Amino acid sequence: MALRTEELMLNMGPQHPSTHGVLRMVVTLDGENVVDVQPDIGYLHSSVEKMMENRTYLQNIALVDRGMDYLSAMANEEVWVLACERLGKIEVPERARYIRTIMLELQRISSHLIWLGTFGIDLGAFTAFLWAMRERERIMDLFESATGGRLHHVYFRIGGVFEDLPEGWTDRCEEFCDYFLDRLPEYDELLTGNPIFLARTQGVGVLPLDTAIAMGASGPVARASGLAYDVRKAHPYEVYERVEFDIPVRSEGDCYARYLVRLEEMRQSVRIIRQCLERLPAGEIRSKVAVTLRLPKGEVYARTESPRGDLGIYLVSDGADRPYRVKIRAPAFSNLYALTEMMRGWKVADVIAILGSIDIVLSDVDR
Amino acid sequence: MPTEPQYVPRSQVLPLDKALEVIDALPGGGVILTKVEEVLNWGRAASVWPLTFGLACCAIEMMQAYATRFDMDRMGIIPRATPRQADCIIVAGRATIKIAPIVRRLWEQMPEPKYVISMGSCATCGGPFYYDNYSILKGIDQVIPVDVYVPGWPPRPEALIEGLLNLQDKIKKEPFLRRRIARAAAAATQA
Ligand code: SF4
Repeated sequence: MALRTEELMLNMGPQHPSTHGVLRMVVTLDGENVVDVQPDIGYLHSSVEKMMENRTYLQNIALVDRGMDYLSAMANEEVWVLACERLGKIEVPERARYIRTIMLELQRISSHLIWLGTFGIDLGAFTAFLWAMRERERIMDLFESATGGRLHHVYFRIGGVFEDLPEGWTDRCEEFCDYFLDRLPEYDELLTGNPIFLARTQGVGVLPLDTAIAMGASGPVARASGLAYDVRKAHPYEVYERVEFDIPVRSEGDCYARYLVRLEEMRQSVRIIRQCLERLPAGEIRSKVAVTLRLPKGEVYARTESPRGDLGIYLVSDGADRPYRVKIRAPAFSNLYALTEMMRGWKVADVIAILGSIDIVLSDVDR
Repeated sequence: MPTEPQYVPRSQVLPLDKALEVIDALPGGGVILTKVEEVLNWGRAASVWPLTFGLACCAIEMMQAYATRFDMDRMGIIPRATPRQADCIIVAGRATIKIAPIVRRLWEQMPEPKYVISMGSCATCGGPFYYDNYSILKGIDQVIPVDVYVPGWPPRPEALIEGLLNLQDKIKKEPFLRRRIARAAAAATQA
């Protein structure tokens, strides 16, 4: 006769070193096996969508930095200014477009580095965290000298960017690209070939392609399951249609595939940055836009590829100087809901690895 | 050869090299005079163990402060994952009304003596989420007492380090033992 055990409810979080913020997971266990996982969100709900209705279009740039995904402030700014520009039919000078693309890709690298570091900690590899932070500090320096902020930049403006790049910035950026490509093989040595790392990630938390699509997963999570979809290719914005880059796709759908996809994305980001630096044109950085901008009546949906996936903003304007309604489509929110599917049937120790591999930011989930 | 006796300020913890000089100067042995309380406080100030509890964006700067460039370990500041081992909580980021009771409970779970650092303008006063907002707590000091406020949006890692150094100064000056004895005496008279 098979041994029967009683089901146990385990509460993970909101204060847990590996929930990456304030997420609570109610895990139902049968022995050591996960039967069900219910994520409980809302611990960081900052009512951003409502607040945006009370601020002008310009003021909202500062708000989307903080209120949405704080690991990729530039990506939030991008989707917001893109929505405003599309609705108002505002031209963006060439130089500003290139600068924006460079910034977005730097942001993607820095966000993936945070993910790499925390994923390493989750699996007990502390060195990865220290190394990733070392590289990230260099990106922070680049950001700081160009925008004045380390984490929240408020750099993009409707119709351009705030200021031109400081002198020598492009050289330093170039230098960083070389340095970073030098460093990436170190991560391969540290993690990719590490037997403990492989045992904890390979084949763990598989997300089949059809489930990924049904759950609305996007970004590296979906690409690791074999969905070759990237907003930068499918609906190009800024200068993405003019630069060459590949979209890494894996078919396994496990934690290891998600790791490899992100690692390769960082390489591709460097490739994009290099091309942009090479072609960076001279000229204006901002077209003339009134501070008290009034967008025409109408609605628009803008989507971009943030480091976490398909980030969209639906903007409704009634002709006033502030939006009538804003809806944010957060990639981390949809990715979080694929979590239950990934975790079912795995051991309780794998819960941490799987949660770490989808790279959620609670501020993006709750908004 | 007798050396000149040096002026030694009373009740002060000397750095090691200075202390060795004094020991040599003392006739017939090595004695450093200080107060028990100050030695205790010196030790406590050099081992502040904060709870890792990141709420929002400020937590990323807190992580940077622990990591490579800023390396808070060198000041004896080592993050702990459970409130039972921590003696300081860094509230890094905005707290919602939903998380506030949990912050309070974490604080209650920490053993005495305990300290609170409020990092960033959100934790201090609600920051950008002060107006038109229905879900964010307007300052963490509404639920737990704060010792050090670190301003900034987000504060740079340097600012957080400064805040922790201020906390260390505060710990060094505390009448830690006297307060304890007074409390024990009060309990004894009551019983
Ligand atoms: S103070 Fe600024 S950086 Fe810190 S949590 Fe608030 S919005 Fe984020």
